[in-house]
Amino acid sequence: MPQPHASLESAPPSVGLVVPEIFKSEQALTLACGRTLPNYQLVYETYGKLNASRSNALLICHALSGHHHAAGYHSEDDRKPGWWNACIGPGKAIDTDRFFVVSLNNLGGCHGSTGPKSLNPDTGKPYGPDFPIVTVADWVLSQRALMRHLDIPCWAAVVGGSLGGMQALQWSIDFPELVRYAAIIAAAPKLSAQNIAFNEVARRAILSDPEFNNGHYYEVDQIPKTGLSLARMLGHITYLSDAGMREKFDRDLLNDALHFNFNVEFQVESYLNYQGDVFSKRFDANTYLLMTRALDYFDPAKSHGDDLSAALAPASAKFLLMSFTTDWRFSPARSREILHAMQRAKKQVSYAEIDCPQGHDSFLLNIPRYTSLLQAFLQGIPL
Amino acid sequence: MRKDLEVIQQWIKPGSNVLDLGCGDGSLLAYLRDTQGVFGYGIEINPDQILQCVQKGINVIEQNIDQGLDNFDDHSFDLVVMTQALQVMQRPDLVLDSMLRVGKECIITFPNFGHWRCRLYLLLKGRMPESETLPYRWYNTPNIHLCTFKDFESLCQERDLRILNRTVVDNNYEDGVLLKLCPNLFGEIAIYHIRRQ
Repeated sequence: MPQPHASLESAPPSVGLVVPEIFKSEQALTLACGRTLPNYQLVYETYGKLNASRSNALLICHALSGHHHAAGYHSEDDRKPGWWNACIGPGKAIDTDRFFVVSLNNLGGCHGSTGPKSLNPDTGKPYGPDFPIVTVADWVLSQRALMRHLDIPCWAAVVGGSLGGMQALQWSIDFPELVRYAAIIAAAPKLSAQNIAFNEVARRAILSDPEFNNGHYYEVDQIPKTGLSLARMLGHITYLSDAGMREKFDRDLLNDALHFNFNVEFQVESYLNYQGDVFSKRFDANTYLLMTRALDYFDPAKSHGDDLSAALAPASAKFLLMSFTTDWRFSPARSREILHAMQRAKKQVSYAEIDCPQGHDSFLLNIPRYTSLLQAFLQGIPL
Repeated sequence: MRKDLEVIQQWIKPGSNVLDLGCGDGSLLAYLRDTQGVFGYGIEINPDQILQCVQKGINVIEQNIDQGLDNFDDHSFDLVVMTQALQVMQRPDLVLDSMLRVGKECIITFPNFGHWRCRLYLLLKGRMPESETLPYRWYNTPNIHLCTFKDFESLCQERDLRILNRTVVDNNYEDGVLLKLCPNLFGEIAIYHIRRQ
């Protein structure tokens, strides 16, 4: 969900240089909203080699602001590696010496897959706000098409954190025969009222920015920078913890003295403004709206009388659930909701609660207990 | 193979659902999975042991048993096991109640504080017994609720529980004439198999 931390840069070793590829589907995709995409494309990367029996493919699902570039570098001068470089690479938790890792940009994204920036074939103009609302189940369907394209008969594992974990859960329910193992990290079985409330404030920030132009801002060559930046600042607070922010910034000032005005005075203000600013330039506002809605709508138990264990009945994957003690966006209690449903449904599941100060962001970081458990779980997959 | 696991294994029906409270490194569940086709979950709180369980492919859940087992439905397991952990619980009686709510049957093992060496230690030295099995000082021991076999059986009686099997062994998990004759004096470890009446 958040941007990778600087500390990841030093994490050796890496998958090295990677080149994104494009899967163009000419097969129509009917979405949960009832609309149909006649064709679409997904941009993806792969790390490691597919083995002869094609049994070692592992799918990475990204979170709210993630994309296909999960590991390695795009060029020699790249300053930062992919967003999950801490966990993906030779000898790492998601071991590219062992697995053929597939990582894509989801439908509706803004990093090369078909999304609001793409041209609407009906109008010849960018979709903008007219891009259909996509759901987690829609993503799973499109990932299924990519899987077919790569001729992968079955995922050894589907792995994801946050919104990515929700996709892993959806996969295990929708295509039980295609998922052998699933790691669901810092996720929730559905959003709480508080989660939706945060998303709504983020959306209002974007929607009320005059530069948003009702979503038609590509044509007028502008971006709703202020709104998207505010949305990101708000989101970013929820990815960190009180303790983590205290540790990182405390009440440190930019300068020595207070100036008795409303300019940026505290380090934390400066940091958030910077994060918002950078994000507003690299991310698309229409995509941000779509991704938050996909989160809001996620509720696999709904069609089963709000009984997640009933929804999970067909699942046959072996599960690993992990949460982080200082994560208040999707707290350990939310992971335990998934756990209890799995227990009730008598699924193979393990659960660990990682004690660390970094909040929701933790899933992106190299936290030894967390990465060791993920590694041990994935190493147990017979290939 | 740990001898206590060997004893326990005789009382477990193949293919049962088992919950192992304080499952440690998952040895018991791995053994039961491999020999009896048992499906189960372990509950553990120690991070290193949780990792070892995951390495063995055992289903392990990080949870503090002292905070209850409310997340498990009534009679959702054929068997609930607790080996050598009852004495570290804050309220062993409540844990026992929970175990019998969640499981149809229970197997519990614990060290006997009524063993003659403990008695002699206290009698002659006038100090809290320390031994190979109980290698702690009174102030740092995790074993906060030690009991004797008699104590445990009286709790079973109070709770109107049925003792299906009982095996008393020494620290090497062997039995002998003395143990059969006077278990509460010579037995070091007890293995109880109980259920509600």
